[in-house]
Amino acid sequence: MFKSKRNILAASILVLMTVATLTASLWLPTSPAHIDPSERLLSPSGQHWFGTDHFGRDIFALTIVAARISLLVGIVVAFLATLLGTATGLIAGYYKKADAIVMRIIDGMLAFPALLLALALVAALGGNVKNIIIALTFAFWPVMTRIVRSAVLQVKNIQYIEAAKTTGTSDFVILTRYVLPNALSPIIVQGTFIFAKAILAEAALSFLGLGVNPATPTWGSMLQESQIYISIAPWFSIFPGLAIVITVLSLNMLGDGLRDAFDPHAVKQKRVKKVWPLWRARKTQKQWAREKEQKSVAENEYMGKEV
Amino acid sequence: MSQNLLEIRNLAVHFPIKEGLFKKTTNYVKAVNDLSLTVRKGETLGIVGESGCGKSTLARAILGLNKPTSGDILFEGESILDYNPKQMHQLRRDIQMVFQDPFTSLNPRMPIGEIIAAPLKAYKTTVNVEQRVKELMELVGLKPEYYHRLPHEFSGGQRQRVGIARAIALEPKLIVCDEPVSALDVSVQAQVINLLEDLQKELNLTYVFIAHDLSVIKHIADKVAVMYLGKVMETAERDSFYQSARHPYTNALLSAIPLPDPEKEKKRERIVLQGDLPSPANPPTGCVFHTRCPKAQPICKEKLPRLEQMEEEHFVSCFFPIEEEQKRALNT
Amino acid sequence: MLEVKDLKAYLDTSTGVVKAVDQVSFTVKAGETVGIVGESGSGKSVLALSLMQLNPTPLTFYPQGEILFEGRNLLGLRERALRKMRGNEISMIFQDPMSSLNPIFKIGNQLIEAIRSHKKMPRHKAEAEAIELLQDVGIPDAERRMHEYPHEFSGGMRQRVMIAIALACRPKLLIADEPTTALDVTIQAQILEMLRTIQNKYGTAILIITHDLGVVARLADRVMVMYSGRIVEEGSTADIFYRTSMPYTWSLLRSIPRLDEAGQDRLIPIQGQPPNLVTPPKGCNFSPRCPFATPECAEIDPALTERRHGHRVACILSEMEFEEQKQLLEAVDRKEVLA
Repeated sequence: MFKSKRNILAASILVLMTVATLTASLWLPTSPAHIDPSERLLSPSGQHWFGTDHFGRDIFALTIVAARISLLVGIVVAFLATLLGTATGLIAGYYKKADAIVMRIIDGMLAFPALLLALALVAALGGNVKNIIIALTFAFWPVMTRIVRSAVLQVKNIQYIEAAKTTGTSDFVILTRYVLPNALSPIIVQGTFIFAKAILAEAALSFLGLGVNPATPTWGSMLQESQIYISIAPWFSIFPGLAIVITVLSLNMLGDGLRDAFDPHAVKQKRVKKVWPLWRARKTQKQWAREKEQKSVAENEYMGKEV
Repeated sequence: MSQNLLEIRNLAVHFPIKEGLFKKTTNYVKAVNDLSLTVRKGETLGIVGESGCGKSTLARAILGLNKPTSGDILFEGESILDYNPKQMHQLRRDIQMVFQDPFTSLNPRMPIGEIIAAPLKAYKTTVNVEQRVKELMELVGLKPEYYHRLPHEFSGGQRQRVGIARAIALEPKLIVCDEPVSALDVSVQAQVINLLEDLQKELNLTYVFIAHDLSVIKHIADKVAVMYLGKVMETAERDSFYQSARHPYTNALLSAIPLPDPEKEKKRERIVLQGDLPSPANPPTGCVFHTRCPKAQPICKEKLPRLEQMEEEHFVSCFFPIEEEQKRALNT
Repeated sequence: MLEVKDLKAYLDTSTGVVKAVDQVSFTVKAGETVGIVGESGSGKSVLALSLMQLNPTPLTFYPQGEILFEGRNLLGLRERALRKMRGNEISMIFQDPMSSLNPIFKIGNQLIEAIRSHKKMPRHKAEAEAIELLQDVGIPDAERRMHEYPHEFSGGMRQRVMIAIALACRPKLLIADEPTTALDVTIQAQILEMLRTIQNKYGTAILIITHDLGVVARLADRVMVMYSGRIVEEGSTADIFYRTSMPYTWSLLRSIPRLDEAGQDRLIPIQGQPPNLVTPPKGCNFSPRCPFATPECAEIDPALTERRHGHRVACILSEMEFEEQKQLLEAVDRKEVLA
């Protein structure tokens, strides 16, 4: 999968971002908590690369630190939703009776927009990181269940599953060693997309004021705070917004890349992309034609004919 | 030797066709219909038929993968149809299967050593699984060093060897082979057929060998049964079957196969059947073959012929079986 | 009519260049039936597609050779000229009759379209011709069945329709790539019979590609045996079956279970697996599996040379040597059977 430049770029952005936010206290010149009323809403400069906010805090430092919550929520939600979705999807896809029950519940949950569901849950549970994670996991796992179920339904009918049954293999082993490994690619791809969606959803919740404790900066809460200053200090909105865009874009690119890496058809396309031998082949064919022409000219000359 | 290992009595497997909004069952596909067969210990029963004749459904029913609608399957004299899951699990040790397609019947993400080890692990028969797997690999002609390789690194013939090793791992009594060579290259088919024959001798196996190719069946089977639309048309010992087939359908099948011999091909009289196989959802009344039969009479349309004994071990389901003399006249 | 000279067709894949067709030369005369026999991976299908210039272009390239159809080299032709030639002069039927027809159009319309795309004629005339074609390929009740969709046809019937479409413009050459492999034997017998009557009526030359030696014995006048991208033996059907002179053909004929011979003798398989075409063995491609292989065989790549009139063989053994070796081996086999 790391053959394509797009994947390398996306992965390195994400790694860089994670490292930067985790080690922020070691290298950030100004603390994100440092308040200086005399430096409110300054535009970007050499000292404050991204400018400052309405408390005079450095927006660069804030944006970097805010990535912590966003990435944490994203990765935990992606992990939990994948785990839950895979388990339910495997069971629903493999057992016909369970399918009827599980899928009706999932369909019911899918009837609400994911964000609305999360919003209602956070409103009921109260806004902290744990509750946001619970709410978002709950909102996103039905999609995963559906994806896993359809992958299982496909794999289930391939003969090696039947072969495993005839050799007396237990259902648990069939599910974990035969079905799951062969349904893994859509799961991983969907996992990265949930990662991206969770970051967006967390930002949206914070923006609506339902996010984590206002003292902890997140990209969503920064956007929310910045909205009244948007005409006089646009950088306050632009930079956290840009951070969200870049992260989500990287994740989506990575997801697409993973899909291509797993898809056998995509591999074939890659083969076609390798054009140089074709060009060479055309050339040799042309050369060969030219040579033949020259040869026949030479022959004709030899035979004393006019060319 | 003469003991019946497998006995199928009046077996029927019907699949409902569901239509409409409420999935109402409107009709049944009668894949296997009132079929009886016996397989003796140590022998090979060849089952021949065109696609859609129900031979794969029969195989799956023997393995307990399809629920029969009616009839009975006896294994070692015991009915297996009302076995509970635990008994079924034990039964699976004795009945194994070799599949047609060596590409889809192996898990692509599992090394071949583990594929062969799967049945051993499922039944925890041996402590030293790896050693046993390597023995099995040698037995089917695979190098034990290949243990950790994935299926895609192998050719069709080698993959089929893996499938066979998996099937014999538990030392079963009966192996159902569902077209085991039809997906293989001509030059590799003989290798696999020989392997199956060697293993039969060595491990005292009984085969139910399903194929559409009568020449492969001729080579490997002791007894042959011809199926058409879920029913047995003719069943006989191999020599009697190939020398004096009595059913018009069997004769048509035999004459349809092109021989790799241009002179014989020119001289041969061919019976070319008209039309296609009728749908198993709406089989013809009376004898199911009458719509394509060159010898059909009015009675064939009305009455269902029974399997009648012609000579020892030779049964034919036809009102007008081809007579010995007629047959000889055809051949010369 | 068709003359292929030293054709090479290579496929460029991620694992390397596959020499699918390597130095192949042959001719097809007007009205005759030529069979190409080979296992999967012997290059027979790539060869067939090359004749139609239908190989996926970025993947396949032709480093050498000529495909002369009535004197014109197809390799140099432009796509437009090729399209005119396909169907009109050469047409092709494929193995899978299930996916070769467009499922959303009626059979009749597909057939009429095929007729009208090559010949300008009013619709009603094309329709009459379509009905006649369907009758010719043995579809009963053709007029009614014109208005049915492909899914209402069985596999055998669909293959008949495919043949009718292929014949729509009275091509001079019909290439049939495993036309009966996906069909049952009784249906196969019908189709083979029909191909023969069609040939008598239209005078079309047929190039039939198959792995089944029986099909070739039934239908072909001449046979070419392909192994790993090359023609290893070519001759009249009698030459190939009764005067076999190439170890591969001989081993192949010996290894197949025969319906016409009694006995449950042990089959004598060809050892080993077909070679990898990316890195074919040095010398003769068959030498690693050949029962007669000498050390020389791993060095010298034998050319296809004419033994008798029209019987060409690619083997370094002379006919005498081959005969001797053959008898020796047969004697050994008999002893083995006895013991």
